[in-house]
Formats: sequence, structure tokens, C-alpha cells
Amino acid sequence: MAKVPVQFTLNGSERAEFVESGSTLLAALRDKMGDTSPKGGCLQGTCGACTVMVDGELRLSCLTLAETCNDAQIRTTAGLANGEVLHPLQRAFEDAFAAQCGFCTPGMIMAAAALLERNPNPDRADVVEAISGNVCRCTGYEPIIQAVLLAARANSTSAA
Amino acid sequence: MGMSLQTFSTASEAQAALGASGVRYMGGGTLVVRAVNEGDLSFSTIVRTTDPALSAIETSDAGVRVGASVTMGMVLAHPGLSYLAPAARAVGGPAVRNMATVGGNLFAPAPYGDFTVALLALDAKVSVSGSGEMALEAFLQERDSLGASALVTSVTFAAPATDSFRFLKVSRVHPKGAAVLTIAADIREEAGSVVQARIALGCMADRAIRTHAAEAALVGRPRTKEGIAPALTAALEGIDPPTDAIASAWYRREVLPVHLGRLLLG
Ligand SMILES: Cc1cc2nc3c(=O)[nH]c(=O)nc-3n(C[C@H](O)[C@H](O)[C@H](O)COP(=O)(O)OP(=O)(O)OC[C@H]3O[C@@H](n4cnc5c(N)ncnc54)[C@H](O)[C@@H]3O)c2cc1C
Ligand code: FES
Ligand code: FES
Repeated sequence: MAKVPVQFTLNGSERAEFVESGSTLLAALRDKMGDTSPKGGCLQGTCGACTVMVDGELRLSCLTLAETCNDAQIRTTAGLANGEVLHPLQRAFEDAFAAQCGFCTPGMIMAAAALLERNPNPDRADVVEAISGNVCRCTGYEPIIQAVLLAARANSTSAA
Repeated sequence: MGMSLQTFSTASEAQAALGASGVRYMGGGTLVVRAVNEGDLSFSTIVRTTDPALSAIETSDAGVRVGASVTMGMVLAHPGLSYLAPAARAVGGPAVRNMATVGGNLFAPAPYGDFTVALLALDAKVSVSGSGEMALEAFLQERDSLGASALVTSVTFAAPATDSFRFLKVSRVHPKGAAVLTIAADIREEAGSVVQARIALGCMADRAIRTHAAEAALVGRPRTKEGIAPALTAALEGIDPPTDAIASAWYRREVLPVHLGRLLLG
């Protein structure tokens, strides 16, 4: 199979790899670059477990070809914490018991991060819409919705 | 056999590359890469273009042109296309909308193709590289015979009059879910009665269709419960909806008049 070079910024670090032409960003991140925070659930676009940000926009890494990401800024949940200090969303997910098996969590957190970056004071309906492409088989969604609202409140309190 | 991706900086180069066998064009890739992941062996080369002309949205008094590579997210972000926002928002969740293109939606089989239903009610025209412009209704009928080398570059339409355009997607899973049915209507009225009607339906065939019988039954009548009754009956004429995991053909026929009625009276 033809190998092609891809290079992009992953969570602030320059990364370059040879990947198989036509392979997905999910495969490049997990198998080549060792970032296993995006998960491969359905590989059909339906579960959202593979959700990442490409140039500030939410994308499904299972449906994105790695080669189309040359020179892009890629962000995953693995890059959210600041050293030992968790991102407010990560902390809120922990506090609100929004992760059970945890498989959906990295995708949920990226979807929530995309929302809070655009809209720091979302209401419940905004949160439901923002995570509507992400499936959770464990929590029943309510703790996740509460966690995102909690993180938004924590952000506005720390900004005040 | 491995898959390979070819990226071209112009639409005409991409179109030339589509002529070879085993080649599939990719817009946002939500359906093409899904097919790759599912082991589709009918193609081994994926072609795409980064031509900026295909990502452009132009709105002027003369009309609107939306490039084929424009995503649902870009439609939602454009202040001049607010009447299309409900249709763009109907396509998948936020991540899908950042990837799904207008061009790709024209090829999406039922229960997908929600945005195309809206374009059909706007009487859009489709520009196909090499073949010129054709009406969307004719394009949808001929789409499969155009061949793999047909590259859609843009769609054009006239903006609807204020408050004349309506869109409804009915799905069982909220806020996101594949369509039981989708309806878009552009209804113009004068002196209390309908003077022009275009009504497009999704999930009432394997692709979006116009219901000319319902349109004709609406013209000249008031938009009241009694006035729209003949149109609701006419909408079912010759309709043969698909049965899939979302709904049966029987159910889709049963609920079409209910939802069409709500949309027309709302
Ligand atoms: C999880 C999920 C949910 C979805 N939900 C919806 C939904 O609610 N409503 C809906 O309508 N759709 C939905 N879709 C389907 C799909 O995302 C959209 O229809 C989208 O608009 C397809 O566009 P694309 O650019 O991704 O297509 P691609 O996958 O790139 O292409 C699809 C087909 O169109 C052809 N094509 C694409 N662009 C062109 C062009 N310019 N010229 C010629 N041929 C072209 C390709 O060759 C291919 O055969 C969903 C998909 C997923 C994965
Ligand atoms: S793995 Fe990408 S959406 Fe499920
Ligand atoms: S926590 Fe298990 S899928 Fe969401």
C-alpha cells in the first residue's frame, strides 16, 4: 500500500508520520501517534466516540482521511489537561459522575468543549444539541448534560 | 487492495481524474469514508478537490450560488441563508454538519438527503462540470445515469420571499435522527389564496421528489383546513415510500398528510 507523509499540529506539538493513503485520521492518531483518546466505536459516524477538533471545528476522525489534515491544528481530549490540572470539563465529568465505562467520554468532552468555546453560557437545550452526535450507552445522558452545565458555571465563576 | 486519495487544486483536474475506473469523488466524505470503513470494494481511488470556488457562497439580488463543497455548518453560519438554516441543522449532529457538503447531499439516498428536499422546493439548478446547468428535479432523476465523471460544482436558486419558505423534518430520535419524512414548501399567497406552490418530499421515494399534484391542488385556494384538504389527498397520488429501519412504507403514507397539513397551516 502506498505510504504518504502527513504532518499536522496535535495538541500543540508538531507531528509527522507516514500513513497508508486513504487511511483515517482516527487510525493515524491511535496507531501511529499513540493518542488513544479518540475511540473507534462504529466507524460509521454514528457514535461520536472518535470526535476531535480540526482547525477549531468538531469532526469525526473515523470519517476524516488523515491526508486531508496536512498543516491542520488537531485537538483531542488528551490535550485538554494542563499538566496535572484537569480541564474544567474533565473535572465536571468526574464531579457529576458523567462517565461510567468511559468509552464515550473523550468524544463527549470534545463536543462539549466545542460548545463552550462558542457559547460560554449554554442552556440545557444547547447542551443537548451539542452532544446530539454522541452516543452514551451507560449514563442515560442526564449526568453528562449536568456536567457540561457545571463546567460552564465553573468557567464563568473563575472568569468573574 | 489498498485505497488511495488524490487531491486536486482545481475542479476541472478532479473531474478529469473521475473518468478512470474504480474512482469515487469525495465531498465531505461522510458517506464515502463510511463505505471504505465498511469494506466497499467498488472503488479503490478517492478523488477530491480543494478548489476554493466550490467552497464559495454568493448571495446577490440576481440569486444565490452555493458551491458543492460548502458544508451544512457553513450554510448555518451564513447570515444571508437563514431560511435554509432549519434544513442544514437537520443534517446529523454538529460534527457531521462540519463535514457534510451540499454536493454530497444531492447524492445521499433516503432516509438522507434532507437539505436536497429544501433545495428542490426552492427550484434550484445544479451545475455539473462539463454538462452545464440542469434543474434539480431533472438532475435527481438522471443522477445515476450521469456517470462517475459527473462533478457537481454548485447549486443556484432565487431566495424565497419573506416567510414563504417552510421546512419540516420528522424523526423519531431527538434532537438528531434520520428522517421518517422531510417536507419543504415555498408557498406564495395573494389576497388570501395561494398563487404559487412548490412542495418537495423526502423519504417518499428513494430520493427527494416534488409533489406536483398537491401543488396544483393548492393553487387558487386559501391556506385553511378546508382549503388545503384536496392537496393533502393529492400528495399521496402515486407515492411509493421506502420501508427501512426508521419506518415502514405504510407508516410514511399514513403520516404524510398529517405533517404536510401542519406545515401548510403553521
Ligand atoms: C452519522 C451520520 C448522520 C447523518 N445524518 C444525516 C441526516 O440527518 N440528513 C441527511 O441528509 N444526511 C445525513 N447523513 C448523510 C450525509 O452526511 C449527508 O447526506 C451529506 O450531505 C453527504 O455529503 P458528503 O459531502 O459527506 O458526501 P460524500 O460522502 O463525500 O459523498 C457522497 C456521495 O456523493 C458523491 N458526491 C459528493 N460530492 C459530489 C460532487 N460535488 N459531485 C458529484 N458527486 C459528488 C460522492 O461520490 C458519493 O457517491 C448522515 C451521515 C452520517 C455519517
Ligand atoms: S467511531 Fe467515529 S462516529 Fe463512531
Ligand atoms: S459512559 Fe459508557 S458509553 Fe458513555
